[in-house]
Amino acid sequence: MAETISPRHSLLVRVTHWLTVFAFLALLVTGVEILISHPRFYWGETGNVNTRPLFTIPIPSSRSIVPTGYSYVLPDQNGWSRYLHFQSAWIVLGTGLLYVVFGFFGGHFRRNLLPAPSELSPKRLGISIAQHLRFERPSAKEAWSYNVLQRLSYLLVIFVCFPLIIWTGLAMSPAFESLAPSTVLGGHQSARTIHFFVTGFLVLFLLVHVLMIVLAGFRNRMRAMISGRVTESQERA
Amino acid sequence: MKKLSRRQIITTGLVATAGVSGLAVAAKLAGRYGLIPPDSRGIYGLGETLTYAAQRVFTRHTLAREFSKSQISKDPYAYPVDPLGEEFQRFQNAGFADWRLVVDGMIARPASFSVAQLKSFPARTQITMIGCEEGWTYIAEWTGVPLSHILELVGTLPQARYVVYHSIEPTSWDSIDMAEALHPQTLVTYGMNGGALPVPFGGPVRMRVARQLGYKNVKYINRLTVTDNLKQFGKGLGSGALGAEDGYAWYAGI
Repeated sequence: MAETISPRHSLLVRVTHWLTVFAFLALLVTGVEILISHPRFYWGETGNVNTRPLFTIPIPSSRSIVPTGYSYVLPDQNGWSRYLHFQSAWIVLGTGLLYVVFGFFGGHFRRNLLPAPSELSPKRLGISIAQHLRFERPSAKEAWSYNVLQRLSYLLVIFVCFPLIIWTGLAMSPAFESLAPSTVLGGHQSARTIHFFVTGFLVLFLLVHVLMIVLAGFRNRMRAMISGRVTESQERA
Repeated sequence: MKKLSRRQIITTGLVATAGVSGLAVAAKLAGRYGLIPPDSRGIYGLGETLTYAAQRVFTRHTLAREFSKSQISKDPYAYPVDPLGEEFQRFQNAGFADWRLVVDGMIARPASFSVAQLKSFPARTQITMIGCEEGWTYIAEWTGVPLSHILELVGTLPQARYVVYHSIEPTSWDSIDMAEALHPQTLVTYGMNGGALPVPFGGPVRMRVARQLGYKNVKYINRLTVTDNLKQFGKGLGSGALGAEDGYAWYAGI
């Protein structure tokens, strides 16, 4: 078992990764709780039970005023859910800022996330997509670097999804909406609907991310993200 | 595990001391500048304090969005309230002619205003959105007297920090800080969409805090108390049932 000297992931990447994991899960659970109090979505500025919804989630609600088709009302969890949602959002924001500053100035983005121009050719991209679709086990060198699809999806999550979900979240705040306007998003309810879809995309990302880790060797990838160590022999196993 | 050298122990100790005293100074400064909400204790206190402090630093003077007449909702929704008692019925039967808004606490001139008197004060009409913490919204045109005008009339004492507003329903009360109370869009509201404020929407008089969620917009208000301390009200959390005593955050600008 040849252990390597420099860690696979830097300490900062490992710490911010796991902080984000816990905060994201808390945001997801509390977000679902808040959603249950009004599982209806609208487009534009306004929407309430008197408005025709864009779509509804076919689940019971924690409010009796919502016509769900179910004869029972779930318990109200919004008090602590809202508290924990915003507390976790602060953790994501602080962690994210630290990570992004480090990523730019420490060379993490340039070194590890920016794909080489040659990898972006349609042919190379096609090969990578085909490999993923066949659920091919990644080659040993991928234990030390990200493949092109991985790089692109991480960049999408970091620079599109997280900024968008923070913006749409703040756009729902009656006090903050002057600073994070919802008008350009189509209105207050549109911001809420976009917030929901970005969440859905991030959950999808999480599922694929975990699936890929299982495929590549769960124990070794987890070790790489926790202690930073990669064991060559296990990677080949 | 490698042994710690004396220098490492001293450095760690100094850094920890600096960190703790830095936090203490930050907390003291935040307290002085009114950046600590009444529900800052407990496991969610840190997040809540950050939210409130950030809003007070970045949005103290920002305005809630105002809309055009064409954007007024044709289908506003009035959250159902528990049946109002006999006392309210008597006021309603008399067309709210006897309804009074009492103002007391840390003020120079305690007063009590009828709805007619409130209507005689300089009015502000604004088309703003009201949003429920559940996620739904509607837009309406609200008419009322800015709370800042009433506070000026009664002469708020300099040490005042909060305005507590009580409903005819004893469990329903809430409070806001002076930044929100003096904000031009915070209205003691008696009109909606050109007419009198309908009872389901909080008539005769409702507190409209345009920059906070629906639950801070208490219906049927009959008393304002200016204070420097929220501990003496209810459980000391700054709001009653439907608010902090139900587990909801005191600050509802998010």
